[in-house]
Amino acid sequence: MSDLHLEAISHAFGDNQVLSGVSVNVAAGELVCLLGPSGCGKTTLLRLAAGLEPLQKGQIKINDVLVADGTNSNQMPPEQRGAGLMFQDFALFPHLNVRDNITFGIDAKNKTRRAEWLDHALTSMGLVGYADAYPHTLSGGQQQRVALVRALAPDPRILLLDEPFSGLDVTRRAQIRTETLRLVKQTGVATLMVTHDPEEAMFMADRILVMNEGRVVQDGTPVELYSSPKNAFVAEFFGPVNKIQSTVHSGKVKTPVGVFDADGQKNGTQVDVLVRPEGFRLANADEKPHAMPGDNLGNTSVVLAVVYARPLGRLSHVAFKLSTGQVIETRVPGLFLPSPGDKVSVSVNAHQAHVFASTTILEAR
Amino acid sequence: MPVSSESRRLPRLRFNLWSAGALIIALAVAAPIFTVLGLAFTDTSDIWTHLYKTVLGLYLERTITLMFGVGIGTLVIGTGTAWLVTMCRFPGSRIFEWALLLPLAVPAYVLAFVVTDQLEYAGTVQSTLRDMFGWTRPQDYWFPEIRSMGGAIVVMTLVLYPYVYLLARSAFLEQSVCVLEVSRTLGKTAWGSFTRIALPLARPAIVVGVTLVLMEVINDFGTVDYFAVQTFTAGIFDVWLNMNSVGGAAQLSSVLLLVVLVLIVTERMARRDRKFHHTSNKYSELPSYRLRGYKATLSFFACALPVLLGFIFPASVLSHYALSFYEETLSADYFSYVINSLTLSASAALLAVVIGLFLAYAVRLSEGPWIKIAARIASIGYAVPGAILAVGVLWPTGALDQSLSWIGGNFGIAVGGVMIGTIVPIVYGYLVRFLALAYGTSEASLGKITPNMDGAARTLGSNPSQTLKRVHFPLMRGSLMTAAILVFVDCMKELPLTIILRPFNFDTLATFVYQYASDELLEESALGALTIVGAGIIPVILLSVTIAKSRPGKL
Repeated sequence: MSDLHLEAISHAFGDNQVLSGVSVNVAAGELVCLLGPSGCGKTTLLRLAAGLEPLQKGQIKINDVLVADGTNSNQMPPEQRGAGLMFQDFALFPHLNVRDNITFGIDAKNKTRRAEWLDHALTSMGLVGYADAYPHTLSGGQQQRVALVRALAPDPRILLLDEPFSGLDVTRRAQIRTETLRLVKQTGVATLMVTHDPEEAMFMADRILVMNEGRVVQDGTPVELYSSPKNAFVAEFFGPVNKIQSTVHSGKVKTPVGVFDADGQKNGTQVDVLVRPEGFRLANADEKPHAMPGDNLGNTSVVLAVVYARPLGRLSHVAFKLSTGQVIETRVPGLFLPSPGDKVSVSVNAHQAHVFASTTILEAR
Repeated sequence: MPVSSESRRLPRLRFNLWSAGALIIALAVAAPIFTVLGLAFTDTSDIWTHLYKTVLGLYLERTITLMFGVGIGTLVIGTGTAWLVTMCRFPGSRIFEWALLLPLAVPAYVLAFVVTDQLEYAGTVQSTLRDMFGWTRPQDYWFPEIRSMGGAIVVMTLVLYPYVYLLARSAFLEQSVCVLEVSRTLGKTAWGSFTRIALPLARPAIVVGVTLVLMEVINDFGTVDYFAVQTFTAGIFDVWLNMNSVGGAAQLSSVLLLVVLVLIVTERMARRDRKFHHTSNKYSELPSYRLRGYKATLSFFACALPVLLGFIFPASVLSHYALSFYEETLSADYFSYVINSLTLSASAALLAVVIGLFLAYAVRLSEGPWIKIAARIASIGYAVPGAILAVGVLWPTGALDQSLSWIGGNFGIAVGGVMIGTIVPIVYGYLVRFLALAYGTSEASLGKITPNMDGAARTLGSNPSQTLKRVHFPLMRGSLMTAAILVFVDCMKELPLTIILRPFNFDTLATFVYQYASDELLEESALGALTIVGAGIIPVILLSVTIAKSRPGKL
């Protein structure tokens, strides 16, 4: 089985530098996600790997074969690379039915060899009855499945997925994600996926590369990125955070919700303490908040006044005010709905609080 | 952020089959124009001053008058009928939607012949009038002279207004409902909405329509020759064929090319403006003003008149003649002319579509601006009058023939007229003139195929040529067919190029009709004229169907 190496890739469109020195390695059987905001260059990286854009700088190797080198204009064209690509808009051929779409990339001599795999894929993706249907008659979810099977049908060396679920409505997404992951893992092909949805990345990926403005910001497993973000950008990317500003004294950072480790910041540095909404533990004013498995509550809690509380079904959204006037948004499991003005006990799970140097200058108070 | 040095460089032109082909095509199309300019500026005879002192002013004045008259006429008729048919409901309005296109099927020179035939002194109309009122001599009454500038203006207006009608109509239909509804709530009547809202918004489309009309006016030869109107085209033919001066003809052509340039620039600017005229995305069934009473009657006649005069009148006259004189037509070798026309038109249509598709695909595959520029150049032919193209094609093919003979002579091979005397020059001329049509259709149709589909096919193992065959061509088949039909019909109707570039003793239906009509024998060639009109109906049908289907938002 093949692996994919992208080394020191740089790319520019005219004066717009889209990628700067990006390296990605995907081993056989691994699913790696490129996660980042729009315009950070992740789709360009995918297209370079597929050979749809000429490589300007860097090297691309598939299964240790050098398919493109930025110094050489003689680069392997897409049709020879064996890189299956699934497009965001699916790009199904409107003039071919489902069967002809899927078998488009299989040439005559491989037809019998792939027949068994095809049958299995169609069955597991629920497409068996649709072989003669045309793309425009299919739902979004069905089109996505056809596009995926089509990309996998010619037994590609690597698989590239460009925002494969963004065209689907939210209710179907979870189910289709599971099916996609199952099929991809079954085939064991090295997969590089692009998305802007952090939850999707965490669900699908063995490893995630967070990208911003053409550079890789952090590379790690989903747990590593969520629990140990390298900077505020990565932390904020995995969900909204509450930002509490403070200063480091004696290796500790004091905030109205608790005291935290300075995490290597020097004394006197202005820092932002980023606490996730799900990192708060709440209880009624006369009780102490319960710890959840793995928590580090530090045995302290503060009592603060509630601004509002809204039920969200399996969570409750509770906002309370600090003495500084800053409103903190939290989410706690279950239905916990104090009234505005009520007092609650608040503790913070230190594992979900991160300290970074401030990027904005604190005004003198 | 440091910008790598590669990004500053304009993408190099990669030499492969596609880019090389595109460049060759562009050169082939531009060649006749450069030839003409070259001939004009290297001419040693002193004909320019002679021309300048005698006829140049006349040609200029006549051409501009004709352009002005036809421009105004088509503007009024085209825009007016488009508005009536789009925004108002009156008896017959649904029929007029497509019927107003019918005069497109009639070439200007055919209408000119029929009109003259019927309205001249010996024709039906005047004879009837004389019988009715007992006049016996021309001095007894006044009747407008048909063979005049006025007659030419009327005739050309009647066959060319559909260009403006089509474009104005599609512009009115494209306009967002909101704008028009607002206009009504603010109390505007139908006329008010028309002048203050719809007309200004549709202006770019109308400008495009009128410039296309004016290009056809400059191009025309049959009508101006028959009516003895001394336009530039008539002058170019005159100087070239009668005074035997290629240089002089080339110089006149150069002056005319300036006019053409102005028209092209105007049209391109208007086309760009069109893109910015959608104000909102809300489309629904257009509200129409229901017309009653004298307004309805007036509208009915306003729409009926152009159709009557521009199509029904010539078609019925020709049908009558064709039925009465078909024996004469058949004995005049009618079928050989049909075959000639069909052969030429079919060859040109096929080649135009293939070359147009190639060019459009080359543009799609290209990275830098060079190929796109080449495609732009290759699309210039539609604006260049046939007379100028004839000069530009005939001279180099003659020279090529001579050099081929010379080369052959050195090898002891007798090489006769390879180009001259075959249909190669005329097909070449047709291609230069009509490639724009085929390329434009391919370009539009290719544009509907998303780039991701190209990418999907490539990553699934198809190289560019295979992708063209397996993905693009099946999806474009319908449009390519349409393009072939449009080019085919345009070639069937074509006159000025055909007269000059045809091989000896080779007549098409168009030249046959022209010849006979010039000899006052229209009746005997009527079947031929009717065939041309019949061929011309096909695009009208296609257009009508497209119009009916193209209202955005309509399922």
